[in-house]
Amino acid sequence: MSHSPALTAERPAGPPLPKRPTSPAKRTQRRAAYLFLLPFFVVFLSMLVVPLVYAGYLSLFESKLIGGEAFAGLANYARALTDPAFLEGLGRVGLFFIIQVPIMLGLALFFALALDSARAHGSKGIRLLIYMPYAVPAVVATLMWGYLYGPDFGPIAQISRAVGLGTPDFLSPESILGSMMNIVTWEFVGYNMIIMYAALRSIPGELYEAAEIDGAGQFRLAWSVKIPAIRPALMLTLIFSVIGSFQLFAEPSLLNAIAPDAITNSFTPNYYAYNLAFINQELNFAAAIAFLLGIVIAIVSYFVQLGGERSERRERALS
Amino acid sequence: MNKKARRTAVALVTGVVSIGMLLSGCTPSSSDNASPETISQDDIDKAMTTPTKLTFWTWVPDIENEVKLFEEKYPDIDVTVENVGQGLPHYQKLRSAIEAGEGAPDVAQIEYQYIPSFVLNDSLLDLTAYGADDLSGDYVDWAWNQVSPDTEVWAIPQDVGPMGNLYRNDILSQAGITDPPATWDDYAAAAKTVKDSTGSYISNLGATQAGQMIGFLWQAGVKPFGYDGKETVTIDVNSDEAKKVADYWTNLIQQDLISTDVDFQDQWYQGLASGKYAGWLTAAWGPIFLQGTAEGTSGAWRAAPLPQWNEGDNVSGNWGGSSDAVLASSKNKIAAYELATFINNDEASAMKLATEQFLFPPQVSVLEDPAFVDQESEFYGGQKVNQLFAEISQTVDTDFQWLPYMDYVYSTYEETMGTVIAAKGDIAQALDTWQDQLVTYATDQGFTVK
Repeated sequence: MSHSPALTAERPAGPPLPKRPTSPAKRTQRRAAYLFLLPFFVVFLSMLVVPLVYAGYLSLFESKLIGGEAFAGLANYARALTDPAFLEGLGRVGLFFIIQVPIMLGLALFFALALDSARAHGSKGIRLLIYMPYAVPAVVATLMWGYLYGPDFGPIAQISRAVGLGTPDFLSPESILGSMMNIVTWEFVGYNMIIMYAALRSIPGELYEAAEIDGAGQFRLAWSVKIPAIRPALMLTLIFSVIGSFQLFAEPSLLNAIAPDAITNSFTPNYYAYNLAFINQELNFAAAIAFLLGIVIAIVSYFVQLGGERSERRERALS
Repeated sequence: MNKKARRTAVALVTGVVSIGMLLSGCTPSSSDNASPETISQDDIDKAMTTPTKLTFWTWVPDIENEVKLFEEKYPDIDVTVENVGQGLPHYQKLRSAIEAGEGAPDVAQIEYQYIPSFVLNDSLLDLTAYGADDLSGDYVDWAWNQVSPDTEVWAIPQDVGPMGNLYRNDILSQAGITDPPATWDDYAAAAKTVKDSTGSYISNLGATQAGQMIGFLWQAGVKPFGYDGKETVTIDVNSDEAKKVADYWTNLIQQDLISTDVDFQDQWYQGLASGKYAGWLTAAWGPIFLQGTAEGTSGAWRAAPLPQWNEGDNVSGNWGGSSDAVLASSKNKIAAYELATFINNDEASAMKLATEQFLFPPQVSVLEDPAFVDQESEFYGGQKVNQLFAEISQTVDTDFQWLPYMDYVYSTYEETMGTVIAAKGDIAQALDTWQDQLVTYATDQGFTVK
């Protein structure tokens, strides 16, 4: 409505007004605004920008236990790009992203739509139940699942043995990635669901009325009205999932204690960087790995977003 | 952002960058470490009567009790005990503090195998000038060699872990075995009998437990590591003797006579308590540890020396144990030395460590003290377990060294040996891979490998 020509015409014409000196009241306001922003900038600078600059600086050097530190230029980056451990780790989190994220977001979307359709009884309770795992810290969740996965005394293995199916090995090198996907899905379905659910609740009711008049059923309503309407929310969860998958750290580092033979010290790039820095004492190389990982995440996020926008445009063109 | 804020931000960033440059530019030079030739009694008296604050990083529970004894003797010294984590986290924080040039404690607990990694960058104070040499006779030889591989003394021994065999008497008797296996051949035969007649594994070889395996190598006379305190290391983890040990375990594992669960995890605790394992080849700190873990099996356990490679031999290896070192950066070196010494050498304090904290003592006096060795342990059917381990303690090979990068050694053990043990593969072959990785790392880090 605001774009209507009638309104634009009412705007005062003429040259732009000269800048007036700000009134004292305005200035106080502005100062207050900066004051409120200050804590954010202090934390942002000290916890993000400064460590980033320092890590970038570190990554340009090479230090040895014997012989000390020397400027190395981009040698650490060259080494990282040819380091099979790093590349395999990247491949692993890539695989994790491709398999786990669609499952997790699909489930989250399903639950969000189901709750939103108001068909489910006791939806408040269900919402809380699905969301609850997210309230459990990743560390606790991993420890808990580690127990559930246990081959001798874990309940899953015990039940499986009781019904004669043998002992499933959730912690073997072959199945550990799948076990980890399960933990992460369990943890984050609720979180993503809440974002989607909130977006669903904000869809204006007229759209539903219009769809109903056109004779759309619940499925058609979900597919043609609800999902397109919450596209920004879906995009948001997807981007968060990109970042989350590529930064996978707590799960491998904790499962390493119970499945050390299945989790190598370069299982995920983040875990690799940690081990390089604190076990191998190769801080500089670790900094380069961390930087490269950041770049990879930025690139993947960019393409995901690009893909999202493109399909949105296509859809608009079609409708 | 207004001008002022921008200026502050710029200052912040440049400040951090220049700190980084400082950090990289100045590693602590060895001249800081130079200590006077000898310290006179006057110096000591003066230091110990001057009000001083000391910081002591350790993870020994309730060590405040021993520190209290020290503070009673030297009322002018005020000691702050800080627990920054056990093992790896402790060393990580220690390294960070040393590198940052501030925040490091005066005295720190350090396990024997990590001493070389702190000697490497001159972080520890050589205690000889303070009279530490005179203490050498107070400790069993091999323990002293751990803190003083050459002429310098880097720390004061606190506890040790000579290895023995804890076993379930009831399970072994049920299998018809009345005496603990004397040789490794006997042990292998017993493993088969026990498995066949009771279903239990005679013991568990922690798939990724480098400490235990290195203890076995130590017992077999293998010298896998060496460090001259400067730039030269020797790495020989795949010697013939080492492969003999590896083949022995490969054989038992592949016959499914030994389990390879990861130790110190739920699965393993339950296994010890439930009779899945009929024994545990462990160190002198093991007996008390086991009492807390497998309470329900009290009375069924016995302790014996490790099986031997040659009949009639009596040798053992060591697994674990730690010392207290004084950091070179300490501003109160004399008081710090006195603290490290007092905690571990004062008669009352050492006895307290042995009987209240259950740290297995390296001090000859405690190992001979009836109050310690004559304790009868109900959990072990009234056996004098301390006495047994005190005897074993005399049989540990004296000449065993470590590399100055044991974090990496343990981590690659997990990667190479651990995965192969868990997969029931050829352990001897894994020794070769491990050897390669250790040599490559040493070369990359600028060491000369002999």
